[in-house]
Amino acid sequence: MSTVIIFIQKAIAQGIGILFGATGEILTEKSGNLNLGVPGMMYMGGIGGLVSAFLYENYTSTPNGIVAVLFSFACAFLCASLGGFIYSVLTISLRANQNVAGLALTTFGVGLGNFFGGSLSQLAGGVGQISLPVTSAAYTAKIPWLSELGVIGDIFFSYGFLTYLSIILAVFITWFLQKTRKGLNLRAVGESPATADAAGINVTKYKYLSTCIGGGICGLGGLYFVMEYAGGTWTNNGFGDRGWLAIALVIFALWRPINAIWGSILFGGLYILYLYIPGLQRSTQEIFKMLPYVATILVLILTSLRKKKENQPPENLGIPYFREDR
Amino acid sequence: MQKQNHAVYKEPLFRVSKREELSLWRAWLIRICAILISLIVCAAVIYFLTKLNPIQVYEAIFEGALGTEKRTWVTLRDSLILLCIAVAITPAFKMKFWNVGAEGQVLMGGLVTAAIMIYAGDALPSIILFPVMLLASALAGLLWGFMPAVFKAKWNTNETLFTLMLNYVAMQLVSFCIVFWENPAGSNAVGIINSITEAGWFKPLFGLTYGWNVIIVLVITIVMYAYLKYTKQGYEIAVVGESENTARYAGINVKKVIMRTMAISGALCGIAGFILVSGASHTISTNTAGGRGFTAIIVAWLSKLNAFVMVLVSFLLVFMEKGSIQIASQFNLNEYASDVLTGIILFFVLGCEFFIHYRVNKGHRKKEN
Repeated sequence: MSTVIIFIQKAIAQGIGILFGATGEILTEKSGNLNLGVPGMMYMGGIGGLVSAFLYENYTSTPNGIVAVLFSFACAFLCASLGGFIYSVLTISLRANQNVAGLALTTFGVGLGNFFGGSLSQLAGGVGQISLPVTSAAYTAKIPWLSELGVIGDIFFSYGFLTYLSIILAVFITWFLQKTRKGLNLRAVGESPATADAAGINVTKYKYLSTCIGGGICGLGGLYFVMEYAGGTWTNNGFGDRGWLAIALVIFALWRPINAIWGSILFGGLYILYLYIPGLQRSTQEIFKMLPYVATILVLILTSLRKKKENQPPENLGIPYFREDR
Repeated sequence: MQKQNHAVYKEPLFRVSKREELSLWRAWLIRICAILISLIVCAAVIYFLTKLNPIQVYEAIFEGALGTEKRTWVTLRDSLILLCIAVAITPAFKMKFWNVGAEGQVLMGGLVTAAIMIYAGDALPSIILFPVMLLASALAGLLWGFMPAVFKAKWNTNETLFTLMLNYVAMQLVSFCIVFWENPAGSNAVGIINSITEAGWFKPLFGLTYGWNVIIVLVITIVMYAYLKYTKQGYEIAVVGESENTARYAGINVKKVIMRTMAISGALCGIAGFILVSGASHTISTNTAGGRGFTAIIVAWLSKLNAFVMVLVSFLLVFMEKGSIQIASQFNLNEYASDVLTGIILFFVLGCEFFIHYRVNKGHRKKEN
């Protein structure tokens, strides 16, 4: 029983970062921008949060947990949306190719994260890992009372606030996309920018905003990994391929953040499943790690086979829109 | 609740219009300016972050990439492989098939090469061994490129996402095989394959260690250039890339072209994996392709899919990468600095294409009479 609880907790811990990434990327893709810079933006968010928290803790005599959280949260979001902004300028204003701009952003962002992350311990003047006791304690603080409710407390209430924020955000974005006028406009931009333009929607503004905000949300995924998963430390290339996994989750969730919630936990579970199945050979473990990707490919194929209208990617995903080109 | 925005129409600050074809030298002038500006920005970033003299840093980059004969060769070897992958994905990109799966296709080629080296390296004579490795690696890459192409052609499955996912399937396959091949046991790495017999390693050609690498990559580059420019199939690829409807109207079998082109593209990526394993690293790991599959996309795109410009661009990128290793050790910096600098340069070069294709005018439109 306790193994199952630990497994669920670990799966959720693995999944939340991916969920942030997927939610942000869905918002971006709904505007027709296929931003392959998600890994880069996650790193940028992670490092933005880490550096700001580090500076705050080192330059104030009595760091306050709440201030540290607010400050690093804002910095992480801003830093990652800067990545989205660079991508927007390149693809929307300067009309560069989306795939290439995204990959360049990934190179840049991952490099930036690792550069500062690796340099931080040098900056601190010490050897080895830096630590952020106040900030990471604030991020990992559990809900009082509720987290002590035995099994239910362990499964549902034993996480830091970012976990709940990711779920609220996913629900909110789903609501925003489906139920609001602005969400409808945004979807129109992704489906058919020419039509949206003709209807008086400012295509450029929608694309910019959704890409920058989406980038910021992706960055929160990085923040989650740094602060809650890694407890305020940095390992170079510590995120591994989670940024790509977030892009996979976008497809798996059929461009609906609400599906991404359970999808992320499923992905997280698949990611670590090999640790919990007794008697696996090391080689079989490697095959198990393939599962999230294979599952994504299957979903991709099935949705294209079934051709159900509401399950398709935005019609103009990855295709640039220039008014003069029509 | 779209308020009547269009009623209060404001003049935009800038007007963008498409340029007529820009003369070649002016286009290159713009590109060179972009690179210069990006280097200045990089210098500012270096100074701001590290307070080091940026000129010294640039000197160190140069030293690291081309400082000694051995370094020059390694830089050249890695540029060749990057060039090979960039050339391999060119036909797919020309067709507007976004093959971001080169990483996986290269890995599959490398994996099969390593397998043959391990199991048959000492049994087969070189004259059979090399053709077998070449063919098998091409087939492995072909398979990895063909799968998404079939689904794209038949059911219009999104190829960017499909090929992206296949990369990680390939990586896990490599990890799977490493478990069986690891040497020494428990190291979780394959180590140098056939380190004593050197079976399956490229032999020096004309006294050059990397002679074969040069020959194979150059042949692939030239053949691909001719294939795209002078053959009927190359022309079909161009037409499909410009407009599938036009192609269909002209009687081109679009599905067949998509599948055939991706088969070629994947096979060449596989061969790049063969060169990587047999001609450079002599080992296999999940990092064998090392992101080159992604970098190659940038190379191919920046070169406007022109094979000869790719030579320059791939050299430039590898130059930066090798140079940064030098900066890392010389200035006690973090080696990831190069990724940041490369990223900045790429942003500028990507952005400058806009000014080659479009003219930006000041806002006010002349009154139309």
